[in-house]
Amino acid sequence: MGAQANAPEAVAIVDVRGVCTRFGAAVVHEDVSLAVAAGEIFALVGGSGSGKSTLLREIILLQAPVSGSIRVFGQEVVGLGDEEALPLRRRWGVMFERGALFSSLTVTENVGMVLREHTELGDRLIREVAAVKIALTGLPPDAGPKYPSELSGGMRKRASLARALALDPELLFLDEPTAGLDPLSASGIDELVRSLRETLGLTIMMVTHDLDLLWQAADRVAVLGKGHIVGVGAMNELSHSDDPLVRQYFHGPRGRAAWQQAWKPR
Amino acid sequence: MSPGDVAQLTLVTTPATEGAAVEVRCTGTWTVHGVAPLERQLDALAWPAQGELAIDGSAIAALDTSGAWLLHRTVAALEKAGCRVRLQGLRPEFEALLRLVASRELLDEVPAAPAPGPLERLGRRTWAGLVGGTHYLSFVGESFVGLLHLFAHPRRIRWRVILHNVQAAGVDALPITGLLSFLMGIVIAYQGADQLEQFGANIFVVDLVALAMLREISPLMTAIIIAGRSGSAYTAQIGTMKVTEEIDALRTIGITPQELLVLPKMLALVVVLPLLTVYTDVAGVLGGMIMARSKLGIGFEAFVDRLDEAIQLSSYWTGLLKAPVFAMIIALVGCYRGFSVTGSAESVGTQTTMSVVQSIFLVIVTDAVFSIVFNWLDL
Repeated sequence: MGAQANAPEAVAIVDVRGVCTRFGAAVVHEDVSLAVAAGEIFALVGGSGSGKSTLLREIILLQAPVSGSIRVFGQEVVGLGDEEALPLRRRWGVMFERGALFSSLTVTENVGMVLREHTELGDRLIREVAAVKIALTGLPPDAGPKYPSELSGGMRKRASLARALALDPELLFLDEPTAGLDPLSASGIDELVRSLRETLGLTIMMVTHDLDLLWQAADRVAVLGKGHIVGVGAMNELSHSDDPLVRQYFHGPRGRAAWQQAWKPR
Repeated sequence: MSPGDVAQLTLVTTPATEGAAVEVRCTGTWTVHGVAPLERQLDALAWPAQGELAIDGSAIAALDTSGAWLLHRTVAALEKAGCRVRLQGLRPEFEALLRLVASRELLDEVPAAPAPGPLERLGRRTWAGLVGGTHYLSFVGESFVGLLHLFAHPRRIRWRVILHNVQAAGVDALPITGLLSFLMGIVIAYQGADQLEQFGANIFVVDLVALAMLREISPLMTAIIIAGRSGSAYTAQIGTMKVTEEIDALRTIGITPQELLVLPKMLALVVVLPLLTVYTDVAGVLGGMIMARSKLGIGFEAFVDRLDEAIQLSSYWTGLLKAPVFAMIIALVGCYRGFSVTGSAESVGTQTTMSVVQSIFLVIVTDAVFSIVFNWLDL
C-alpha cells in the first residue's frame, strides 16, 4: 500500500511454477516457471503466439492453466473461487492492451467506479481521488469529464492505468502498455512506469514487445518461447545470451538500435 | 475494523494563550480503506479560525495517494482560511508521496449547468425529433439512390451477400414463423367456434380463419417477428461495426456502406418477407382447419371446398402486397438505427431497442393506412 515499508526482497510477489496450458491439441505452455520479486519491474516478452498474454491472464484469474501452480502474494490462485479471489483482486490493478474502459462512463467515472465498489469514501472524495489518479498518469485535467470514445489511443491507455491505480494496488499488471502509441507517448509511458515504482513503491509485471521500454524500464526480463522460459535476467545479461530464441529476439536490427539508444549518454 | 485500521486526526491542544500553536496529531492507517470515516468527521472538527497549527504526522502507519490527498486537501483548506500550517514528523517516503499528490494540477470543480426548464426540454426534444426525422428521410433517399445506381450497374449487385441474408432472415425464420401462425390459426378458429355454433353457422369458421389470416394476421405477424428477429440484428451488427471503425474502413477501401450493408439486406428482405407471408398463410389456415375438425366437426374436404368460395384472389393479394412494404420499413429502420450508434456499447443497446420499437410501430401504422386505402378501393 503506497509507500509502506518495503517487504524483504526475497519474497516472491508472483510465483509461477510448472504451468502447463493447452487449447485443444495446441500446447501453449509446456512447463513455465518464473518469480517476480517485490518492488521489481518484471517484463515478459516473446514472439506473437508464444503465450505471454495467456500467462498474464492466468495470473490475474481470467483463465486457468491445465496444471501447475501460480501464487500471488503467497496465495495459490489456480482454482480459486470468486469469493476468495476478491481480497487478492483488490490488491492488484490491471491495465488492458486496448484500455477496456467502460464506454458509457466518463474517465472520472471509470476510476471512481472502482473506488465506489470497494471503499466507503464519500462522493466528493471519490471524485477528487479519481482526479488525483488521472493527474498521476499524466492526463490533462480536462480529460476527466470526457468519454473514452473522445480520447486518443494514448490517452485511453493512461486512463486505463488511472483505473488500475484506483485502489493504490501493490502489484500492477500492464498488458502491452506501449502498443499502438507514437514514440513520444511510448517514451512517456517508460518514464511513467519507472516513476510509479519509485513514488508508489509498486511491483510491476508487464507483457510487452517494446524493446525500448525493456531497456529503459525493466529490471528483469523473461523470454517465453516454445512453451518454456528460454531466458531470464537483466537486459544486459540477456543480450549476451547464447540461446537462439533469445538472440533472435534481441539482436534483430530493431533490438540493436534500442540497445544503442539505451547506452547513449544521457 | 480495529482502531488501528482507520485514519485518525485529533486536536490535541486548544490555544490557551494568544499566539501559541494548536497541536494536531495524525495517527492510524491513512489509506483508501481507512480514510472514509475520517473524511466524514473532518468538517465537524472545531478548527481554529486562524493562528498557527502544528500537524504531527509521525504516528501515521501507512499512507497512500488517497490518504495523502485528504491530508493535502485539509492543509490547503486551512491555509486558505488564514492559518499558518506546519507539517512535521512525516516519514521521508510519505513526504515524497504528499509532494507528488500536491504537485498535480487538478481541475477545479465545475459548477453543474442548471437543469433545463420544461419548456426548454420540450423545445429540445421537438428539435431533436425534427432533425432525426430529416436524417432518416435523407437516409431513405440515399438508399433509394443507391438502389437505382445498383440497378444501373447490375454487376455490382452482391448476390452472395443477398443470399446469405435470405438464409438468415428467411430460411432460418421458417420454424418460428410457421409455428406461431399455426397457433394463431388454432386460436382464431377456437374463439370463433363458440359464437358460430350458437347460430348453427359452423361452416363460416372457414371464412373467419381464411380472411383473418390472409388479409391481416399473417402479413402483420410475420413482419413483427422479422422486425424483432432480423431488424434488431441489423442494428446491432452495423452499430458494432461503427464502434469498431469497420464502417470507416469500408469507406476507405472504396465500398459504400450502403452497397455492402444496406441494399443487400433490403433486397433480401423484400424477397423473403412475401414468401414467408405465403408460408404463414398456409400454416395459419392449416391450424384453423385442424381446430374446425376437432371442435366443429368440419372435415378437411368440406373446409377446402368452402375455402374456394370464402376467399377471392383479392384477399390473397391484399395481404401479399403489404409484405414488401413492411420489408422496406424493417430493413431501413434497422440499418438507419445501426448507423446512428455513437461510440459506446450502451448506445448499441439503445439504438437496437429503438430499431425494434420504431419498425413495429411503423409496420402497424402502415398496415392501418393499407386498410383504409383498400377500403376506398373496395378490395
